[in-house]
Amino acid sequence: MADAQSAPTTPIHDQNGSEPIVQIRGVTKKFGDVTAVENVDLDIMQGELFCLLGGSGCGKSTLLRMLAGFEFPESGSINIDGVNMSDVPAFERPTNMMFQSYALFPHMSVEKNVAFGLEQDKIAKAEIEDRVHEILKLVELEDYKKRKPQQLSGGQRQRVALARSLVKEPKLLLLDEPLAALDKKLRKQTQFELANIQEQVGVTFIVVTHDQEEAMTLSTRMAVMDKGRFIQIGTPTEIYEFPETRFVADFIGSANIMPGKVTENGADHIRVATDLGEVYVDHGHTFAEGSQIWVALRPEKIYLTTSPHETAGPNQTEGMVDDIGYLGETSLYKVRLTNGEIIDVTAPNLIRPKTRTHGITWKDKVYLRWEPSSAMLLGS
Amino acid sequence: MSDTIGDTTAPSALQRLGRWAQSRWRTIIVVIPFAWLLLFFLAPFFIVAKISVAELAIASPPFTKMIEWTDGGILTIRIVFDNFIYILEDSLYVNTYINSLKISVTCTILCLLLGYPIAYGIVRSGPVAKPLLLFAIILPFWTSFLLRVYAWMGLLADQGTINNLLIAMGVIDEPIRMLYTVFAVYLGIVYTYMPFMILPLYANMEKLDGSLNEAAADLGSRPTNTFFKVTLPLTMPGIIAGSLLVFIPATGEYVIPDLLGGGNVQMIGRVLFNEFSRNTDWPVAAAVAIVLLFLLVLPIILFQYYQGKASEAS
Repeated sequence: MADAQSAPTTPIHDQNGSEPIVQIRGVTKKFGDVTAVENVDLDIMQGELFCLLGGSGCGKSTLLRMLAGFEFPESGSINIDGVNMSDVPAFERPTNMMFQSYALFPHMSVEKNVAFGLEQDKIAKAEIEDRVHEILKLVELEDYKKRKPQQLSGGQRQRVALARSLVKEPKLLLLDEPLAALDKKLRKQTQFELANIQEQVGVTFIVVTHDQEEAMTLSTRMAVMDKGRFIQIGTPTEIYEFPETRFVADFIGSANIMPGKVTENGADHIRVATDLGEVYVDHGHTFAEGSQIWVALRPEKIYLTTSPHETAGPNQTEGMVDDIGYLGETSLYKVRLTNGEIIDVTAPNLIRPKTRTHGITWKDKVYLRWEPSSAMLLGS
Repeated sequence: MSDTIGDTTAPSALQRLGRWAQSRWRTIIVVIPFAWLLLFFLAPFFIVAKISVAELAIASPPFTKMIEWTDGGILTIRIVFDNFIYILEDSLYVNTYINSLKISVTCTILCLLLGYPIAYGIVRSGPVAKPLLLFAIILPFWTSFLLRVYAWMGLLADQGTINNLLIAMGVIDEPIRMLYTVFAVYLGIVYTYMPFMILPLYANMEKLDGSLNEAAADLGSRPTNTFFKVTLPLTMPGIIAGSLLVFIPATGEYVIPDLLGGGNVQMIGRVLFNEFSRNTDWPVAAAVAIVLLFLLVLPIILFQYYQGKASEAS
């Protein structure tokens, strides 16, 4: 077991030889006929900020609640810091949870809310005061300690909830949609704050979220969940750039996904015939010649020009702009290919136009091109 | 709005009234409760208060007039406090007030102790059971209160259902005396007023966020500690509302001590009734009622005053 004092404060997921702080083995949970979590295995290392990402009803919250001790698995086991949690009630677990609704005690001041957990441990009054003061300083709420939760703004309440769950220095902090109740601007700002606080205190965080942007920004590693199972586990970059299935490619970000047939399977490249024309990929995929696969191409990885291609070849096609979504920093172009297929392309608006309209507009003839590494090939 | 475009005639009186009502609807809405209370609370209260400072007289109604033109055209106003002094000096009345408060406080506590777990159980029950249980709580109101008290007389009498059943089963040889005892009065009051405790408690508990209990457990609090530190303080408004709804009518209760207590249980409601109808001493009866009112209202006002102060301070 790694010494808790010397635990690394920088999140890493690939620790050498140390035992994971959370070990989930074959956990299944059913509610009546509905299987919420099905035969799940997961290891989480000390100091990680791990995100469980999925749509509503995918089982992510149930998994979190099983870690907190509010639900118990039908089968399988959960170990936290080497201790089996099967018979440990919530009030004896070394975990703390930040609730989606924050669940702040409305009849207690900010100070009392934060002190509540420490009081349960029969800690000396002076020490409780010190620790409450320290944690409120961390979340910048010292001046609000006498206020009641209903006298605070949404962002302040969120920070009280965080302080209350952190003050006991849990081995594992569970966060259920921690930013969902905040407005968009505050959410973006808080994402970074949350990650910074996690680095400062070095506590292992497990965050449940349905917001992929939140998962990508926060996490050192994330799991994509669907129908009670893990579909893929990896770093945000791995999940985004190397999805293993069509579900993940489509769920995270957006992607143009189309069927294709492998025409050549070379040692360092592969060619696929698709509606986009010939796709040439120069990285480590290998599929049997003639097999039916899926090609996924992210909209931002396609170059869009109004000038024709200089040479003929793979990884290029042409079409007509069918629709434009102007998002400010980027624009989304819906390009209709000659065969009628619509392809999404996003392009940054690098230049501020003098004419008050951007260069490419409706009905323009456009030419698409992408790098040999850009297309993602998926077997399922 | 039947006005057609181009119609230049002035709006009718009815239309003007409608417009006035629309612009003043806030004021009108507020007037309604005031009008109701004026008509059915304040006016009767002043009539009773007036009688309480009169003297018994052989007349109809049987008390002296407060304002009178005496011979020679002199306006005399006669206010006597003899009735109040009489009540407060006579130990019968003082003891009956104390006894009434003792019974109503005890019944309020019993209703709370029984009603709290019942309300909690209903809140926690499933989507099928919950409306059924709530319906069952309200169901007794469909039968007259008086009939239900008579039913208890039939159950509790020496030759009543319960005694007969126990004798038939061989548990007892002689009937247990239950009717016309303090026990019957307690039973009657707790039974009758239980819904008034349960319903406000239910309404209060239903609003409680279930995740608060989870949050307390998550922070290391055992279930009993969570109850006293989180659930109980947050259900205090329901406890207060329910307790007042039981305590106030129970203190002045007349039917239950009369029918179930017989002559053995003195409560102020019975004394009031006796003064009024048997002694036809309206002024003393009115004074008894006024003292009872202040006995009930003063603690409530004090309580609200201090609660207001407490919530200001925090």
